[in-house]
Amino acid sequence: VSVVNIETRRRRSPVTWVRGGGLSTLVFLLPMLIAFGVFSWFPIVRALVMSVQQTNLVTPPTWVGLENFRTVLADPDLWTAIKNTGYFAVLALVFGYPIPLALAVVMSEVKRWRGVYTALAYLPVVVPPVVSVLLWRFFYDGSGTGVFNTIVGWVGLGPYPWLQSATTAMPSLVLEATWAAAGGTVIIYLAALTSIAPELYDAAEVDGASIRQKVWHVTLPQLRGVLLITLILQLIGTAQVFLEPYLFTDGGPANSTLTLLLLIYRYAFGSSLGGDFGSATALSVMLALTLGILSAIYFRLTRSWSTS
Amino acid sequence: MIDRSALPAPIEAEVLLPEPISNRRWRRRRPRPVVDSTNRGIISPYERRQGRVKYPLQFSTIALFVILLIIGLGPILWLAKGAITPTQDTLRDPMSLWPNGIKFSTLSTAWNREHLDRYFFNTLLVAGGSWVSQLVVATTGGYALSVLRPKYGPILTGLVVGTLLVPTVVLLVPLYLTVLNPPLIHHSMLNSYWALWLPAAASPFNVILVKRFFDNLPREVFEAAKVDGAGPFRLFWSIVLPLSKPILGVVSVFAIIAAWKDFLWPLLVITDPEKQPLSVRLPVLANLIELDVLLAALFISTIVPILLFLVFQRLFLRSAGLSGAVKG
Repeated sequence: VSVVNIETRRRRSPVTWVRGGGLSTLVFLLPMLIAFGVFSWFPIVRALVMSVQQTNLVTPPTWVGLENFRTVLADPDLWTAIKNTGYFAVLALVFGYPIPLALAVVMSEVKRWRGVYTALAYLPVVVPPVVSVLLWRFFYDGSGTGVFNTIVGWVGLGPYPWLQSATTAMPSLVLEATWAAAGGTVIIYLAALTSIAPELYDAAEVDGASIRQKVWHVTLPQLRGVLLITLILQLIGTAQVFLEPYLFTDGGPANSTLTLLLLIYRYAFGSSLGGDFGSATALSVMLALTLGILSAIYFRLTRSWSTS
Repeated sequence: MIDRSALPAPIEAEVLLPEPISNRRWRRRRPRPVVDSTNRGIISPYERRQGRVKYPLQFSTIALFVILLIIGLGPILWLAKGAITPTQDTLRDPMSLWPNGIKFSTLSTAWNREHLDRYFFNTLLVAGGSWVSQLVVATTGGYALSVLRPKYGPILTGLVVGTLLVPTVVLLVPLYLTVLNPPLIHHSMLNSYWALWLPAAASPFNVILVKRFFDNLPREVFEAAKVDGAGPFRLFWSIVLPLSKPILGVVSVFAIIAAWKDFLWPLLVITDPEKQPLSVRLPVLANLIELDVLLAALFISTIVPILLFLVFQRLFLRSAGLSGAVKG
């Protein structure tokens, strides 16, 4: 049979290819090929090439080897940015990881008006990010009559400088980012919670488990997969945080909120350094490789965990 | 990348399988839910009746509602109030429930004097164009890969899935230079909405989502249509597209919301203030105009996504669940 197949395949002419639907398939693929080819595959390859080139918009690019990487690694701002991005990621985990989980677990036990609860939780996600940052920038007003300072004043605290001090700026950014994103995570957890088989709880009750024990020994282990997914999503997201540091503080005060993506933006488009596309892509490639390793490890982990 | 074993099964099943319409209607009209052994959660129906569980549960239900109300709706209500409160009142006493004077004129000032109408229209154009381009690429690509299945299909699928692994940060600079000098055309797309619409279309997430939905459609229907003489175009337009309304809804929500939210990319490629969308223009206005007008502008920019969400809540929440299941 295979011999015949090979023979017919060899005899295929362009006419039979068209008659067999080869051309119409290509017509259907064309939009995708153009969109991905020009705006995804080509730029990805170009990023790798540009990271070893000196590129500006005036002269043709020249090969510089690993020079861009060396420049970036020697930049003291890079280490500040790595430290700040890591700090942002850790704070985002502290604020944004347990809270949505706790909300979702309690919410899953609400049987009446569940839709209202989910809608309320998801509402901040719908607010355009630029709007929430500008709104919160006003909330964070450091004077005694700022919105948040008024609120903490009711319990006798503050006033705090929020965005204006190098120590409180980053936590303030993370607080807003958590508010803006937590709803999405809650929805993911809720979907996973409703998918837990009721029989597992029945079985736990037969063994005399209390509610707390059921949460600890049934609910959380059952959520392991989705908890890992949200963890990796959050790490990949926070490693690329840009909007908050750019609009809230523009990296300040004293570079305390300078993140990696903000540094990339400054290399490439910032007015002070400006147009250093080589350094920008070199840093992008390094960040992407780190994140790639991260997600590879993660997928290896989930695979081995879910099969065992 | 898309590790099926790691995905919570019900999310996938719910979204990726075509759902009979009658079933959906029934669910919407469902009366007050009764907790029994089939839909129970952590707390059993028996425990729910016990006093030591019942009252704490009621209390935490109410407490949760209050917390969600303050966190979820509070800032938006505050924004609504701030939008119609004179600047001085907002500055002096930001947390007062009622302002001294209500001033609706801020809304029209923002709309007319600050030309929010133009930026609003720009945003609609950006969102509408990205919506169309994403739907075109996702449906035609998904159809070719899933239904027509050319021999080189798996390679293309692999290349598309592969881009899911690449963080968007890598694309920033090379994509910008590509837009400045696109291959073949060699005419800068800077300040043209094509620079927003076309890159948005290259969304691997959409293509994979639509492809997987098409994979689950009954193939007998396609075979029957082919026997009846339907060509690939007819099959696409009259059979596959009408069957895929649920997934098109999800992709639409993704596309429109992403376009409405996007900031960095339009900031880079739309430098002409006349053409900028709200997200790029608002931070500039924030430094130029008085507070009450700014809050009015922020409110106007928020109200459309919120209304869309309230109308298409199910679709939004489905999409949210999915983004956790497939994205990475």
